[in-house]
Amino acid sequence: MSDITKQSLTELVENIKNKKLSSTDVTKAFIDRSEKSVELNAYITNDFTSALDKAKKFDQKPNLDLKLPGIPMAVKDLFCTKDIKTTAGSKILNNFVPTYESTVTENIWNEGAILLGKLNCDEFAMGSSNETSFFGNVQSPIDKNLVPGGSSGGSASAVAGQLTPVTIGTDTGGSIRQPASFTGIVGLKPTYGSCSRYGIVAFASSLDQAGPMAQNVKDCALLHEVISSYDPKDSTSIEFKRNHYSKELTNNIKGKKIGIPKEYRVDGMPKEIEDLWQKGIQYIKDCGAETIDISLPNTSYALPTYYIVAPAEASSNLARYDGVKYGFRAKGENLIDMYEKTRSEGFGAEVQRRIMIGTYVLSSGYYDAYYLKAQKVRKLIKNDFDEAYKKVDAILTPSTPSSAFKIGEKTNDPVSMYLNDIFTVPVNLAGLPGISIPAGHDSKGYPLGLQIIGKAFDEQNILNIAYAMEEKINFKNKITDWWIK
Amino acid sequence: MSKKDSEYLINRKDNQYEVVIGLEVHAQVLSESKLFSTSATKFGAEPNTQVSLVDAAFPGMLPVINEFCVKQAIKTGIGLNAKINKRSVFDRKNYFYADLPQGYQISQFKDPIVGEGKVILDMPNSQKEVGIERLHLEQDAGKSIHDLDLQNTFVDLNRSGVALMEIVSKPDLRSPDEVNAYIKKLRSIMRYLGTCDGNMQEGSLRADVNVSVRPKGSKEFGTRCEIKNVNSIKFMQMAIEYEANRQVDLIEEGKTIDQETRLFDTKKNETRSMRSKEDAHDYRYFPDPDLLPLEVSEKFIEELKNDIPELPDDKKKRFIEEFKLSSYEANILVSDIDTAKYFEEVVAKMGKNKDIKLAVNWITGELFAVLNSKGLEISQSPVSAKNFAILINLIKNGTISGKIAKTVFELMIDGDKDPQKIVEEKGLKQQSDPKALEALIDKIINDNREKAIEYKQGKEKLFGFFVGQAMKASGGKANPQLINEILKKKL
Repeated sequence: MSDITKQSLTELVENIKNKKLSSTDVTKAFIDRSEKSVELNAYITNDFTSALDKAKKFDQKPNLDLKLPGIPMAVKDLFCTKDIKTTAGSKILNNFVPTYESTVTENIWNEGAILLGKLNCDEFAMGSSNETSFFGNVQSPIDKNLVPGGSSGGSASAVAGQLTPVTIGTDTGGSIRQPASFTGIVGLKPTYGSCSRYGIVAFASSLDQAGPMAQNVKDCALLHEVISSYDPKDSTSIEFKRNHYSKELTNNIKGKKIGIPKEYRVDGMPKEIEDLWQKGIQYIKDCGAETIDISLPNTSYALPTYYIVAPAEASSNLARYDGVKYGFRAKGENLIDMYEKTRSEGFGAEVQRRIMIGTYVLSSGYYDAYYLKAQKVRKLIKNDFDEAYKKVDAILTPSTPSSAFKIGEKTNDPVSMYLNDIFTVPVNLAGLPGISIPAGHDSKGYPLGLQIIGKAFDEQNILNIAYAMEEKINFKNKITDWWIK
Repeated sequence: MSKKDSEYLINRKDNQYEVVIGLEVHAQVLSESKLFSTSATKFGAEPNTQVSLVDAAFPGMLPVINEFCVKQAIKTGIGLNAKINKRSVFDRKNYFYADLPQGYQISQFKDPIVGEGKVILDMPNSQKEVGIERLHLEQDAGKSIHDLDLQNTFVDLNRSGVALMEIVSKPDLRSPDEVNAYIKKLRSIMRYLGTCDGNMQEGSLRADVNVSVRPKGSKEFGTRCEIKNVNSIKFMQMAIEYEANRQVDLIEEGKTIDQETRLFDTKKNETRSMRSKEDAHDYRYFPDPDLLPLEVSEKFIEELKNDIPELPDDKKKRFIEEFKLSSYEANILVSDIDTAKYFEEVVAKMGKNKDIKLAVNWITGELFAVLNSKGLEISQSPVSAKNFAILINLIKNGTISGKIAKTVFELMIDGDKDPQKIVEEKGLKQQSDPKALEALIDKIINDNREKAIEYKQGKEKLFGFFVGQAMKASGGKANPQLINEILKKKL
């Protein structure tokens, strides 16, 4: 069967279940393509040899009742994988091999999937372009000169470039949705507490959430169904009734009320984005749903709030990387000298910048003005959504204020880089689910995404809306395989 | 009765200074596993054998609260007559150290699990109330070992993550003696509750001591110094004594006291500066985002209240009322839970016709002496409460005299022997047969006719001589009371 890597996850699962394809066929195909795609720099670590072994073993005794039977899958290198190097894109974890597995990846392997390797990402998931990785930047399959977005840039490139059928990323302020939007794929940031954070290298604990990235909404729903689980090992994991998201997926969204928040019409937003949004509103209407203008008055405070809360938590979460127990250690005259050298050499510039910001906003004398204030604003932002959801079932916004930018374009201007997250961070601050779906192209032919934000634990609803819109949009990603010689 | 306890004052020329002390006691929660992980907490295990991935702060590891430790903290709060906070918050206290794997300690800063409470101290002549400011739960750090290697420091993470209760007193203490009484009272309450073993040698109980001085009668507090991590009552008392005098000397010299953290050097018996207020760490406390606020229901607290045993203050009251003990005797018996248990078991085993006063005297006298000389706790007593009770009854019912009882007791120590059997086997039973004793006394009077006459002529002191002779002749077994009666009659 040709073009295995062009098939969606749903098709692959079906073909394996129907015995039209073996796990070995599929695994081989993705390994072959991955090996031809070194230039994308999507992988930090590959596990191809043992992936093939596992595929063969699966084929000898295939369990076809599983949800991901013999499906090969690469995952973001922020998930700890037992006996496989896990770096978080950082030099400081360059030699770190966990003895344990994250709950989310465990869930995936338990459903029969096979690890292909670990995908590149911004260092400790801090970045919007995958340029902060110690392992080099990732190229976008869309265009050689474009960033794939970040922090799950390797994941986005790998799915868009068909190096893996689907993948999982993590989203703290947009790290799934923004790269999904930049590369023309679907990415879901679930409700905070849906997916366990156990075994995921922490960036900002109150915002971090793992989620699926896929070629289409149905694949996304299937993978979400696998990774979403209550986990007593994560005290912020929430016990609630989880759906069979892929089975219950429907394109019937007649009568749904979709909010259009006026505050997302930001200054300097390209007309193309506004046009895309209007198109999105039309698609919604075409599906028989209704759009309602709403207000989320505190939206403009979301970005500054995020850039206080996230660095504050990060500054503390990253204190454990001190050269004492594991990971990179620089030689020092004494303990303090060792700390300073280890952390100066082990962390990149962006991580250091955020540690500095976070340390500052938590310092005595500044705590009330920054961290405490930010927590209060965070509450207001959440209240905005709660208020809006009294009138609407979901909210439609653009995913990003622009299409993908060029590699190197924003590396010297962190604030302009941070502005990329303007539409995604409010969702993390409010702990809500949000999905980005590809909805069109800009004048340069680069993908643009629309974001659907849902009520807490209402993933099924936004998946349904995305599914219905996907059908209307009929997006075709323009992948030229430019990197394959 | 109304004797007052003397004030502890520091005298200089014309001035008298009062010492103000507040304690932050760190008590290790008695629990099989750590505060946020399932690792064991046994003392003295091989280094780094009780360490989970959470305790060693591996990437992606998350804390999960140990419900048992929460219960222990609440029980302790109840024992301290304190307000239990239904909602409390775990915060991160950020600082770098090699034995702090996370780079922060999970503690409670703004919203502790237990609020204000009080304990009553029994001073020799009075009672003193000491306010409790708060009690919060926190993780212990690991241990840095600096003296095994010239170049390197070793780190043992067995303690890392062990649950501690930090109990903060109000600045209500005024002397080393009160500190002694306070620590002992806390220890006693927690041992009754089973929430901390109070073992200071093993580091289960240690304290930061805040000391300031002020002119006697002043209402203002002086500048305080904090003496870190003192691990015995004796050292606390020594440190306070030194520190208070140091501060008074500074004031007398017209100098000011710097608010600072100090260390107590046990070898030199002095405190010295560790860091000044300016160098104080900025711990950047903030709520731990890995943990939700801790919420406990009224029902949860009520159930724990029902689980609280009789505590030392109540037990003391009951002992005084029920057993007619003096306050002093009751104090001795209740201060340690095992002593109280032993005593109550003895009382129970003595049955109906019991002599409680006698039992108390024997416990605080003979038994304590033996335990002391052997270096044993009462829980390890070589004489069981059952056999001890039998011994007391043997004295009470006249089977043996007090003197013989001491001999019997010494024999009982070796292998917890039944005193009844010892008395029978060794023939130590008291002679209480009046006829036999009369014959014995007749013979003594006959043999000492002259002395008998002298006695009759008024030399009353000689009565003791006859008693002695009679006891000697009986091999110490004669019932002294009967001997007295018969002698009085015959002489």
